[in-house]
Amino acid sequence: MKLKSILIAATAFAVGSTAALAEDMTIVSWGGAYSSSQNNAYHKPYMAANPGVNIINDESSAEAVAKLRAMNEAGNVTWDVVDVVASDAIRLCDEGLAEEIDPAKDLAAAPDGTSAADDFGDLLVSDCFIPQIVYSTTFGYRTDKVGDSPPSDICAIFDTAKYPGKRALEKRPINNVEWALICDGVAKDDIYDVLETPEGVDRALAKLGTIKDDVVWWSSGSETPQLLADGEVVMGSTYNGRLFALIEEDKQPVAMLWDAQVFDLDGWIIPTGLSPERLAAAKKYIMFATDTQRLADQAKYISYGPARKSSAPLVGKHAELGIDMAPHMPTDPNNAKNTFLYNYEWWADNRDDLDAKFQAWLAK
Amino acid sequence: MAALPPYASTGQRTWYYTFRIICGLIFFFLIFPILVIIPLSFNAQNFFTFTPEMLSFDPAGYSLKHYEDFFTNSDWQAAMWNSVRIAPMATIFATGFGTLAAIGLSQSHMPARSVIMAMLISPMIVPLIISAAGMYFFYSRIGLQGTYWGVVMAHAALGTPFVIITVTATLVGFDQSLVRAAANLGANPVTTFFRVQMPLILPGVISGALFAFITSFDEVVVVLFLGSAGQKTLPWQMFTGLREQISPTILAVATLLVTISIILLTVLEFLRRRSERLRGLSPG
Amino acid sequence: MTDQTHAQTVLTTQDGVPLKVSISRALRRQKLRSVLLVAPLFLFILISFVLPIADMLFRSVENPLVPGTLPNTVVALQVWDENSGEMPPEEVFAALAADLKVAVAAKTHTRVGSRLNYENPGIASLFRKTGRRVKRFEEGDYTAQFLKADKKWGDVGVWQTIKQFSSPMTAGYFLAAADAQRTADGVQFKPEDERIYLFLFGRTLILSVTITITCILLGYPIAFLLSSLPLRSSNLLMILVLLPFWTSLLVRTSAWKVLLQQQGVINDTLVWLGIVGDDSRLALINNQTGTIIAMTHILLPFMILPLFSVMKTISPTYMRAAKSMGASDWYAFWRVYFPQTIPGIGAGSILVFILSIGYYITPELVGGTSGIFISNRIAYHISFSLNWGLAAALGVMLLVVVMVLYWLYDRIVGIDNVKLG
Repeated sequence: MKLKSILIAATAFAVGSTAALAEDMTIVSWGGAYSSSQNNAYHKPYMAANPGVNIINDESSAEAVAKLRAMNEAGNVTWDVVDVVASDAIRLCDEGLAEEIDPAKDLAAAPDGTSAADDFGDLLVSDCFIPQIVYSTTFGYRTDKVGDSPPSDICAIFDTAKYPGKRALEKRPINNVEWALICDGVAKDDIYDVLETPEGVDRALAKLGTIKDDVVWWSSGSETPQLLADGEVVMGSTYNGRLFALIEEDKQPVAMLWDAQVFDLDGWIIPTGLSPERLAAAKKYIMFATDTQRLADQAKYISYGPARKSSAPLVGKHAELGIDMAPHMPTDPNNAKNTFLYNYEWWADNRDDLDAKFQAWLAK
Repeated sequence: MAALPPYASTGQRTWYYTFRIICGLIFFFLIFPILVIIPLSFNAQNFFTFTPEMLSFDPAGYSLKHYEDFFTNSDWQAAMWNSVRIAPMATIFATGFGTLAAIGLSQSHMPARSVIMAMLISPMIVPLIISAAGMYFFYSRIGLQGTYWGVVMAHAALGTPFVIITVTATLVGFDQSLVRAAANLGANPVTTFFRVQMPLILPGVISGALFAFITSFDEVVVVLFLGSAGQKTLPWQMFTGLREQISPTILAVATLLVTISIILLTVLEFLRRRSERLRGLSPG
Repeated sequence: MTDQTHAQTVLTTQDGVPLKVSISRALRRQKLRSVLLVAPLFLFILISFVLPIADMLFRSVENPLVPGTLPNTVVALQVWDENSGEMPPEEVFAALAADLKVAVAAKTHTRVGSRLNYENPGIASLFRKTGRRVKRFEEGDYTAQFLKADKKWGDVGVWQTIKQFSSPMTAGYFLAAADAQRTADGVQFKPEDERIYLFLFGRTLILSVTITITCILLGYPIAFLLSSLPLRSSNLLMILVLLPFWTSLLVRTSAWKVLLQQQGVINDTLVWLGIVGDDSRLALINNQTGTIIAMTHILLPFMILPLFSVMKTISPTYMRAAKSMGASDWYAFWRVYFPQTIPGIGAGSILVFILSIGYYITPELVGGTSGIFISNRIAYHISFSLNWGLAAALGVMLLVVVMVLYWLYDRIVGIDNVKLG
């Protein structure tokens, strides 16, 4: 009898401890300051609320598309939730590598009851993509090297007479060809119609050609801040969060040029090929991590705008610097006077073709 | 070249010193970029820049914060231990297999030698990015992707060509009659290998092993694909560091590694001299 | 010795075995031993490397997606003449509707779309959009329904692309990798402004050769000095060679950036010395100069170490003998010493050349636009565009180039001098 009760207790303990064993969930993101903002705003509260879950951070987002494809072909998907930019999400969705999401069922409604679909609005650019932040690619310039008239207009990048010195631009056609056409006199609404034709592409490249010798081309977002800090370039494009860190945290003599900033989105996808339990766990995490409060919380750590309309009023002060974050958001009305939204559909179709032309142009 | 003989002509003297100066300049080229990173790693700012404060030796321009970051940040610590666990294991595999194969290949009786040789050095020829993608896909299917042994295997494969090439290069000058002589005197093949062949080809084996070690220790493309969060090595951490936000922490890491290797190499050299003295050999 | 005695006496070893048998047995044993020595590595490389790569490279010709996802369309298209300039018949549209309904249910239609988008931009969104509508298609007049879903279906070019890529094997990736495309008039080069790969191949080769040559020029004196100095000084100097080697490639590349940029250490020093003006600072980075300097620095140890290990085995008595017989310093070096170092030069050059041809991180960081290598594009297609077929085709071409050079090298310099195979 005694033995039996001990056995039962032991079994119960064993069963109990297996249940209490943490369930690993691998979340893939970009690393650096961005990952740590997610860690603070999403992962920590989620693990506190769900002691059974152990989140493992993998910093492979830059290779995510290629890795997901190989995992999927091999039938061994080891990731649960992946952070990607919207254009990659579209690609993954097209390739059948990302799970489709039903906003009504899988995403939390706003506190005032607005449905998730309305709260995110047209930022739900793909059936598989749950947006998290709005970031923008925009320009920073050295305040000490632009004389008395700091640039306020995007076309300053093409004005080498007034602002001599090098410029840093991204080594890909996206954004650069749009800016070139704007400054070549094309109306904002006509840009993609113009780019659709070979002459339009030539026109954009010809405009970029006027400053080709004055450009330092970057391929990772950390390069422009370094180039600006060194005084190697007088102005350069990068993600607005990098410029925020450069100006507010590192106190460099740099200011923002918000004109014609290009909005882009970053967010989550769930890979296809997960077991039903893992899929359910991933959806549970997504439901939590993309609710109104969580998205607003992330803005305390990094200057990217929350993707939900309902989060905007909740954005507070920076966790360490204690400054108001709202004026540093790309979506702030003062900054967003003249903005440009990345055309996902168009670039999904034309990215490879235009990239080949762009690289051929660069190489010669 | 060892030393200038007393009977050297003026021309020989001039050439002797010119040659030394040329060599000095090349050494400067080799070492200068390494020297530059050391002061930068003490930068008080978060950039790879010599600030005016640094140039005027103002103490405010210097700080140890990047070293602090390295030692307190769990990401960096984990990455360092992963590197230390992966690289030596990959080197052992690469050097062991590679040396044996090089000896086998250098024998004239080896059938289909050139084909096999081409295959064995292929890991060096195939562009890394192709290798990375191919291995990623294949290892996923056999369950090795994202495991310690998967990364070790891949790194060992990438390291073997170096061992083969350097060892075969030393074997070219190796006189096979020495092996026959040893066998004639009654040594078995294992004794012959360790007592006759090994000491003579050792420089090749060591430089091959060095290459193999560095291939693994400094490899970023393949591990980026094959590894998962549990195999994040130092180069991987540096790579994300450089991409996400430039921080002199990677310079602090590099400075530490340089210091460790200086100490290690110097200690080895002193040990060697000591053992020579003890054995009564004149220091060479 | 007469013919008769020769026929009778068979040479034997001491234990009575015929010599011929004994020799061939010994040879067999030796052969077996060398095979056994090579076998472990052979198997290891086969499994860990060759199979994965073969699997990857095979992607350069396979094309399973179109015939696999659109089986009925592929069959129906066979009767259509793509050069007629006319639209395919109604049966083709009906077959496509049937195929798409199945594909949409399996969510594979967008994959075909992105596959064909590499060849004809716009097809990705065409398939995505049509996929949403095809579920509601009704029986009959599919041509009109497709055209209503998207008028791009009326473009003959779309159908030509589908037909062109309907077989399970394709040469399309190789054509693209050679900057060519299939047109109505056969295979032709792409328009001038889209040609890039052959150009990049050429540049990669030229820069790699340049880097190899600078490595020989800088590495030979160092290896010579190290091998001729007494052990205690050479070991200390060896530390200087090994130190950069221990330093991460990423760090060294960053260090070169700090040194070479226009506000960098070298330019600052030159300006301070008054050699160049403040407004005419030298452009040392983000161009080919930057790539050559940084990569020479990174690859130099790969030249020095093999050279050193070969020079170390050369006995100084040869030089002394030559000189004692009246050779001048230069003559003794050039005719006696140098030929013996060729295996080292060969091994070092092959290492440096082959390594540099596959580099992409350093050129990406310091090469700007004129110092980029072909591997940068391969990496782009693997990591970003997901066009693995094209990446594999470029990889195969790169491999072939390396193999051809390797073979040429064998013919000219002689592989016996390197013992590489």
